Amino acid sequence: MDKAQRPNQLLRNLSAKIAAIPMILTASVVFAGGTVWTVVYSFTDSKLLPRERWVGFDQYERLWSTNRWLISIENLMIYGALSLIFSLVIGFVLAALLDQKIRFEDTFRTIFLYPFALSFIVTGLVWQWILNPEFGIQSIVRGLGWDSFTFDPLFNADIVIYGILIAGLWQGTGLIMVLMLAGLRGIDEDIWKAARVDGIPVWKTYGFIIIPMMRPVFITTLVLIAAGIVKLYDLVVAQTSGGPGIASEVPAKYVYDAMFTKQNLAQGFAGSTMMLLSVLIVLIPWAYLEFGGKKRV
Amino acid sequence: MSDSATTLPLSGPRGSKPRRMLSRRNIFIYGTLGLVAIYYALPLYVMIVTSLKGMPEIRLGNIFSPPVEITFQPWVKAWAEACTGLNCEGLSRGFWNSVRILVPSVTVSIVIASINGYALANWRFKGADVFFTILIFGAFIPYQVMLYPLVIILREIGLYGSLWGLVLVHTVFGMPILTLLFRNYFTSIPEELFKAARVDGAGFWGIYLRIMVPMSLPIFVVAIILQVTGIWNDFLFGVVYTRPENYPMTVQLNNIVNSVQGVKEYNVNMAATILTGLVPLAIYFFSGKLFVRGIAAGAVKG
Repeated sequence: MDKAQRPNQLLRNLSAKIAAIPMILTASVVFAGGTVWTVVYSFTDSKLLPRERWVGFDQYERLWSTNRWLISIENLMIYGALSLIFSLVIGFVLAALLDQKIRFEDTFRTIFLYPFALSFIVTGLVWQWILNPEFGIQSIVRGLGWDSFTFDPLFNADIVIYGILIAGLWQGTGLIMVLMLAGLRGIDEDIWKAARVDGIPVWKTYGFIIIPMMRPVFITTLVLIAAGIVKLYDLVVAQTSGGPGIASEVPAKYVYDAMFTKQNLAQGFAGSTMMLLSVLIVLIPWAYLEFGGKKRV
Repeated sequence: MSDSATTLPLSGPRGSKPRRMLSRRNIFIYGTLGLVAIYYALPLYVMIVTSLKGMPEIRLGNIFSPPVEITFQPWVKAWAEACTGLNCEGLSRGFWNSVRILVPSVTVSIVIASINGYALANWRFKGADVFFTILIFGAFIPYQVMLYPLVIILREIGLYGSLWGLVLVHTVFGMPILTLLFRNYFTSIPEELFKAARVDGAGFWGIYLRIMVPMSLPIFVVAIILQVTGIWNDFLFGVVYTRPENYPMTVQLNNIVNSVQGVKEYNVNMAATILTGLVPLAIYFFSGKLFVRGIAAGAVKG
């Protein structure tokens, strides 16, 4: 027969399709399917095992009347807002300083970035030790003669989240700095020359020219930090285990505990659905700006 | 001479003629950077110093003072004797578990993701973009949403609790970023090469093995760095998807340090902490720029 027959549409590119099966399964079964499954089962009263007894929004009502969840949300909001602000500001300032054609740039960058290579568990344990009131910073300052000095964030329910914030910033700002530095390096040198010729002060050049030009970098970093904040889990587990009491609980930990230690699956599903919702609130406008913008160009 | 500044060829972004080293500007820049660097370096220093002291010295001195009598006993104890519950084999077990998880996870995830990226870059088929978009979105979905469905999937295929189950989980969650990484890299390889190979009769796998892989070794190195640090530092998946005898190092470290019973041995704890951080730190310090490239690629998703 004629060999040049038009091949079957489905069989076209067959190897590529077979090769893409893991990706197709991951995207459809785990990512899309798993997400939908969790959302659906958050409307049941599943306990030890998932079951289809529908209870409407009961789990959500219980979730939002649970003190532990409310504390988790409050902690996440404080941690999120502050870590967003501080890591953007510190990251940008460090990047701007490194961008001044200084010596030892590589050394500085290496030092600022190494915590990012460490896990949250390691980070949490180190800072647990440094913030230990008996041996750490508090005892050192007291040893210098200031006897009433108190700095024990990990044992004070009111400020424990700031103790975690210190550790989180230590671990994560290096990455923000690297991204900002890449953004700064991407800006045309001529802009600086033009600003200099016009006699614009340095801080004004940064504030009114450079930062607006770096908008895409800022947005990317913002999305990145935001997505990371919601995942906050290991750091808390290692540093405080949620304590003292339940003062440093976070949503991710609430969800994990509900699902795997308290045999209260549907509560965990409801909690994780709320986490998903908060990510979507950030993600959808960003995706719209990013990809909607590209089409217009 | 006031206009000389504007006519001189400017090499730096700004600033007057760089003459005095000890200008106010330099003191400010180096001073700030120096202070911040000390702040960043201090925890590593404290870890090392604490792990080399004996417990009596820790109770007397402060955490920043260098050890008077250096002892490696805490390291030995952390590695071989530290207890989690009834088990007193030390961190060594967690280390070897992590290695046994790491090697297949890194290999499988990179092989699969590179083939995915290759198919997406050079053999586009209908519908591929839809799955790719879902995949990238999936990178932002909180893991908690997919934790339990994966438990069910693993239970159904009989891998729940086993090492290979965890390997599968790492492959799945590493896929978005790795696929993106490979897709972007393969797209940048000139299409003429691909077309020439096709004309010569090479098929899907032939082109992948003989042209794409040999031409993409740098990106494979970046992917390996990314995966090794990511998987080594993982805690959540290790805790959820393995049984205690298979716990990776991070989980075991947390269990050792945060166990409630017994006297706290801070020097052993810090030695154990450094031991756990050693692998990613070594990769970081040896790979330098490639690490930065890896995380920058990992960061700029989408």
